[in-house]
Amino acid sequence: MEIVLVGLNHRTAPVEVRERVSFTAEQARRASEQLRSKGILEETLVLSTCNRSEVYGVPPEASHDSAPGLSTFLSEFHSVRLEVLNGSLYHHYDREAARHLFRVAAGLDSMMLGEAEILGQVREAYRIAHEQGATGPVLNRLFQGALEVGKRVRAETELGTRPMSVASAGVKLAERIFGKFEERSALVLGAGTISEQVIAQLRDRGIARLFVMNRSKERADGLAKQYGGEVLPWGEWERALPVPDVIVSSVATEEPVLRREIVERAMEKRSNRALFLMDLGLPRNIDAAVGELYNVYVYNMEDLNEIVAQNRHARENEIPKADSIVEEHVGKFLSWQASVELVGLVNELRSKLREERAQFVRSRVESIQHLTEADRTLLENLMDDILESLLLEPAQRLRGDKDLCRKVRNVEALRDLFLSRREKL
Amino acid sequence: MCPPGPRCIRVHYSLFNSTVVAYALSFVLYLTFLKTGKALTGRLGTLLLAAGLVTHYFALLERTRGLGPHAVPYHDLYGAMSLFGWLLALTYLGLELYHRQRTVGALVLPFVLIFFVAAHVAPADKLSPPGAHGPTFAFHVTLNILAYSAFALSFVLSVMFLIEERFLRKHQLGDVVWRLPPLELLERMSRSSVLIGLVSITVGTSFGFLWVYRLSDRYSFYDSKYAITLLVLILYVVYFWLARTTAWRGARASKLCVFNFLLVFLSFTVVNLYLSHNHRFF
Repeated sequence: MEIVLVGLNHRTAPVEVRERVSFTAEQARRASEQLRSKGILEETLVLSTCNRSEVYGVPPEASHDSAPGLSTFLSEFHSVRLEVLNGSLYHHYDREAARHLFRVAAGLDSMMLGEAEILGQVREAYRIAHEQGATGPVLNRLFQGALEVGKRVRAETELGTRPMSVASAGVKLAERIFGKFEERSALVLGAGTISEQVIAQLRDRGIARLFVMNRSKERADGLAKQYGGEVLPWGEWERALPVPDVIVSSVATEEPVLRREIVERAMEKRSNRALFLMDLGLPRNIDAAVGELYNVYVYNMEDLNEIVAQNRHARENEIPKADSIVEEHVGKFLSWQASVELVGLVNELRSKLREERAQFVRSRVESIQHLTEADRTLLENLMDDILESLLLEPAQRLRGDKDLCRKVRNVEALRDLFLSRREKL
Repeated sequence: MCPPGPRCIRVHYSLFNSTVVAYALSFVLYLTFLKTGKALTGRLGTLLLAAGLVTHYFALLERTRGLGPHAVPYHDLYGAMSLFGWLLALTYLGLELYHRQRTVGALVLPFVLIFFVAAHVAPADKLSPPGAHGPTFAFHVTLNILAYSAFALSFVLSVMFLIEERFLRKHQLGDVVWRLPPLELLERMSRSSVLIGLVSITVGTSFGFLWVYRLSDRYSFYDSKYAITLLVLILYVVYFWLARTTAWRGARASKLCVFNFLLVFLSFTVVNLYLSHNHRFF
């Protein structure tokens, strides 16, 4: 019933090591199969993202003994020397393993604090392992708990609410003006990496129409094709600017591309319909005086970086709240784990007492000559009833009283107390 | 407080208490929703507002019963204040459901609460005008107060717009701006509210003229209240047009909306009390 976790992440391993130990979906399936077939783990789940590779499992023996075996397995599976991995791998057991997973699902262990993608990745990893039959009652309960923690943290804290990248901050700001993007259009000047990031964000938010303008038409075509946009010829401001609600500029240029008089003319044609300009170029692509125009909102790279820094600080302030949700669920999981183990212990005790009774009947009762067969059966039934009634109350209390399960922390000690070592499972 | 006597109209304490509690809790929940963004909190805020509206309605009904047959609950300033609060809450609830936006609730509920409590704890009315009853009069006053409450709501929305717009232009986002409704939604809500006000005031004023016509032996058709109502009507039509189609959309239109409401406030207070002969009911 113990849980073991072995893994590495962006905090413990450089990217060169992380990429060597990462799992594709197929590799994750294969690793799970091998771990179970070799008897290293009974239940297993591989969680692999760009920033972490972790193996969760339930070993057949005490978990503290199985971690070295898991490390060796990872080393062999990825053909990476164990010495290379040893400095980067972390091992967690039971409570710490549960806490670690819950923090991962909550986005508390992510490189970008509170990121939303990790919850989807945990869900997907669990789905794959579950479909493969690699998980059992323990990992099922653990990962269902993790998904619940992830959802609660996002619903009850502001950990994931504020944008943490310049591109998403800009897009969210535009939403403060226009609301939903379903009926909006955007023009992106430039076709570099930053432009692509913003376009991806705009598409994610459901922008209705997308225009791309770039000095090199070929690159603009590629980007427009990839994201379903239209290409406009570079510099045709009179035609391009009156239409979009959002303009993003990320162009390498010495002089501002959008000067005040250009935007002013466009605003006249737009009847002053609000315009949001995101200047992601360095040096700036948009004349600072454009921001003075009526109904024009201009944000440059420096403004957006400042917003991202504020948001990071705001997210950090939410960590204690998220951690308390994690702790609540760790407690719930451990209670469940203890109750399952204790119920198992009661069942083992029942088996043992029945054996004792049978031995007692064989050695003592059969020597009593005057007992008929019916008397013997009656006596055996009476003894069974006494044993059952002795075990019934604790078994019922274990099912109903969660606090009791929490109080009984060391099931192994109880096992040692009531069952001899050879009888332990 | 209300002195004993036939003119003293008291609302049963249980109705008063439950209305105050419902509105106050709704306000707290809306405020929490503004801060945390939790959907459940917002929904509970709406439910309590609806509950407050129901108990407030019964409080108005009880006031009507206390006034005798064919009377209206707003024949004095305090009754009118209570009705204003009720219609403000009702208009807001309608807009909230139509635009699916709960963030404004935290700013509207304090006004609703103040008007309800003030109407209850204020001194009793001093005089009741002759003929201040009947369906024509009831429609006239109810629709005009509905118009005032809708204009008040558009005022709150326009002030919100101006504050948020200023924050966005100055790049001072802080914690609040991320929670406020988008600017365009605030504009749309304000326009919806003004539209309700325009329709109500037009129909309500028509009923007023009809009522005056029936009582023409005692009332003048030439009153400063008529002039200012006409001005209010024209200015809100201008706002409605500017906010939709022209270069004034955005902050300029919102400023006009704020100005218009100040005029409405003037009409409801100074003009009623000191300049009008036909509307000095308190």
